[in-house]
Order: sequence, then structure tokens, then C-alpha cells
Amino acid sequence: MAEYVQGIPIMRPYIDQDNQGYWDAVKNHKLVFQHCSKCDKYHHPPRPMCPSCHSQDTLEWKESSGKGIIYSFVMFTTNKMAYPAFKLPYAVVLVEMEEGVRITANTHEIEPDEVQVGLPVEVMFEELPDGQTLYRFKKREA
Amino acid sequence: MAIESIKDKTAIVGIGVIDFSTNIGRSEWYSACQCIKLAADDAGLNIYDIDGMVKNIDDGPDPSYVQKGLGIDNLTYHSESHWGTSAMMNAVQGVASGSCNYCVYYQAAHRVSGPEKSISDYRVAREVKDDSLDMIRYDFFSPFGLIGQPGYVAMMYRRYMHETGITPEQLGWIPVVDSENAAKNPNAIFFDKPITIDDYMKSKVIADPIRELDCAPKVDGAIAIIVTTPEKAKSMKQKPVIISSNAAGMAPEGQFHTSYTRDVITELPEMKNMGDELFRIAGIGPKDIKLAMLDDTFTPYVPLQLEALGFCGKGEGAAFIEGGERIRVGGELPINPDGGLIGQGRFDTTRIVEAVRQIRGTSTNQVAGADTILVASGAGGPADGLILRKA
Repeated sequence: MAEYVQGIPIMRPYIDQDNQGYWDAVKNHKLVFQHCSKCDKYHHPPRPMCPSCHSQDTLEWKESSGKGIIYSFVMFTTNKMAYPAFKLPYAVVLVEMEEGVRITANTHEIEPDEVQVGLPVEVMFEELPDGQTLYRFKKREA
Repeated sequence: MAIESIKDKTAIVGIGVIDFSTNIGRSEWYSACQCIKLAADDAGLNIYDIDGMVKNIDDGPDPSYVQKGLGIDNLTYHSESHWGTSAMMNAVQGVASGSCNYCVYYQAAHRVSGPEKSISDYRVAREVKDDSLDMIRYDFFSPFGLIGQPGYVAMMYRRYMHETGITPEQLGWIPVVDSENAAKNPNAIFFDKPITIDDYMKSKVIADPIRELDCAPKVDGAIAIIVTTPEKAKSMKQKPVIISSNAAGMAPEGQFHTSYTRDVITELPEMKNMGDELFRIAGIGPKDIKLAMLDDTFTPYVPLQLEALGFCGKGEGAAFIEGGERIRVGGELPINPDGGLIGQGRFDTTRIVEAVRQIRGTSTNQVAGADTILVASGAGGPADGLILRKA
């Protein structure tokens, strides 16, 4: 699933000073989440301050186990709302990670009818022809 | 707490609505001036008496253009807001505080024929067209081909189905009842005749599980609403519609249509916070509301609004709308007798206009005894709303 149509660029994330650590890690094939060392809490998406203790210097990037389960998903089967760089059908899954945060991504080698809420998945990384690095989710043993 | 000072301090005295279209062929500036002229005529007000102007950032030319277009010498109050109908709050505060006497809230947006001046989601559509690939705000979704609001809502809706068992056969009653109501409203251009639940089920699935008919279409339109004090309203042309309460709401970990990191994503906590405040200020409860103007931009939000606003219990929204009986005119709680945004297009201020017509008794689909109405906007994001009542 989620195969690309050649010649149409994939949208790039807008990298700013708040989320740069996340995307730098992706570039190095690591999934990290923002973590407050004082509160021992994860926060996603990245932000400039811990919303629990209001500290701005206790936020660190902590590597994820990469494991989670599908919490919800959208299946794009027609071109009306799909992005044209993807062959249809493609799924976007919302995955609840072991750290408690949820992130979205595409799937790898999961058939459309296998994409279900509760499916255990793990992260993997891919290099795109345009030089950017993205992540996906593939099935894993529970 | 201080916000209680707005209770019954303002009134709506004029409404102006242009004919909606999907290809209007004029500028948004033209439509802004046109709808304000219509609203002033409706109120029996001289345009030059308008001294306050508010609008939503995304919707049409800013007050400096419109003031110039209308030839108004001065505005002692001008302000812009963002989501839903939240600029209404600026109008209410501006009048209640005495910063202006006659404040016009206008929404002049040609969302089909353009320009789409926007700083949020429309940016996605525009930038895709422009082949500009850097996304702002949606950078955690766009690279994976999750683009556009129907897709964002579909993610929540799938989870909603999983948690509660709500089905398309239940949700489809929102567009069915909207289409019945829209067929009676000359300004609702999307349905000449009502559709059936079978028609809904045949509607194209565009971001599974969201169907085309789950989404309000884009439209070109313009609406103006004039607010003043109840005292000034007494000597004016129309019977005033009193603004009993007005509130906004936010909640933790919110992001427009994509609050996916919340513990529970199948609730509308912004709407709940807003609704609690509305009822507190007005000193009434959900049982006192005769009809509700709810945000039906995306159908899954309607049963969730019923729950968040206390019209039914948690998990009861789907059963409330099923079959349409309870939400039709004559039902327990009529919803959107004007056809909603599914029937009229994505234009949030239509809800306020229909509420005013209902209280005046001039709706094309009149609800008997509609003297107290709740208006809710901003489902899936920062919420705002009003309780309007007969003077």
C-alpha cells in the first residue's frame, strides 16, 4: 500500500525551530518524541514549552520504541480528496505509540482489508527520490 | 465571570443576505458592500450610522476597503476574528462596551470563484495547485497524502464508528433532513428536492468513511448582521432579536479538525466548554432551547454537538438523529430548518440569519414558538455560539 506515482512530488513538512528535532531524527531513521524530563511526559506535536510545568529547558527528544497500534485510519479510494502522488487506494493510519502519543503515516505491505483499528504496527523509514526521508508503518507481531 | 455583563446587552436589528451562487461573477468587495446595504435597509438604518465593523479573517475584504466602499467617514471600532462565527463576539463586545453604536458583522466570501484569502486549511488546497510543497501546520499529515478537511474529519469519524457503532445509515439523516429543509429555502441552492437515505448511501465515498454528502459544499455568498443595543433597537424598523448570551470555547490539545492527540478524539470539548458558558450566562438550560442551529459542515459533528451541548447524553447523538423525526420542524429539537450548510454551502453566518428569521417569525420553514434559539459554530475546532431570544 501507498505506492507513489512517479513524477509527482510528495509534500514536504514545513520544518521550523519547534519541530526541527523531530524531522532531523527522521532523517537519521529515528523516531523521537518531545519529552519533558521534569514531568516525565511526552508531547506531540512538538511545542516550545511543556504544557504541564511551563518549563522551556526540560524538553528533550527521546527515541520511540517505534511500536504502536492503529487507533484510526482513512482510506483514500477515489481521487477527489486524495493527493495525486499516491496510487489508489492508499491508507493514512493514526497510530497510538507505546509512549502514548499518536502520529499519522502511510502503511507498508498491509492490504486494504487488513488495515483495522487495533492492528499492531511498527515504524520503518524510506528514502524518497527527492531526497527527503519519511516513515511508514508495517505489521508486527503483537 | 465579567462576561455576564453582556447578557441581554445587545440585539440583532438587521440582516442582509445576497443570492448565493457557485459562480457569482463579482468581487468580494462588491458583495460585502451589497450585503451591508441590504442589512441597513432591513434595519431601517442609514449606512452612515454604522460605526463598527467586524469580520472573520478568512472571509472577504477587510474593514478599510468596506468602509471606503460604503463612504463611511469613521469607524470607532474595527476588529477581525478567526474561526466559525467568532467575530460575532467582537460585535457584541464592541456594542456592549460602548465602543460603537451600530456594529456590522459581515462575511463576504466567494469560496468557489475566489479569491480564497486564507491563512489556514485553504492554504493546503491552494498550495497543492501552486506546486509549492512546504506545508504549514499540517506538516504531520500532508506528506502522507492526508490533505483537506474531509480527510481530517474521516480520521475522527472512523474512530467514532469503532467506539460507538454509529453507522452511515444513521448519520445520513443529517443530509436527508438538511435537503428537506433546503428545498423550502430559496437561498439554499444545493437541493431542489429532498433526497432519501438511499440517495445518501449512493453518495461517493471521498475519504473513507466520509461521503461527498457528509461535507458542506463551497459557495459564493455574503451576509451582514447589524448589532446595536436593545434601547436603540426599540425605535428601529424590526422587532429586535436579543442576544442573551455569547461565548467562545477552547480545550486542551486542540488543532483544527485534527485534535488526534487527545485522550478521546470523539468528543467536542471546545463545544462543551462554549455551551456550558452560553447556558450559564443566559441562565437557562438545553431544555429551554426551541431549536438549534448546529454546525453541519461535516455530518459526524452534528450528533457530537448534540452530546456536547447537553441536548442528549454521551453516546446518544446517533440515535437522536436517526430517522430524522426528532430533528425535523415539529420534532423535539428542530435542527437547521434553513437546510444547514449542507443545503446552503459552507457559510457559517447563515445560522445566525436563520435564527433571527425564526425569532421574527419570517422563516420559509417556520418553527412554531421558536423564541429561544442556540447557535453553535466551529465544530472540530475553537467553538463559538449564541443564545438568541425574542425581545
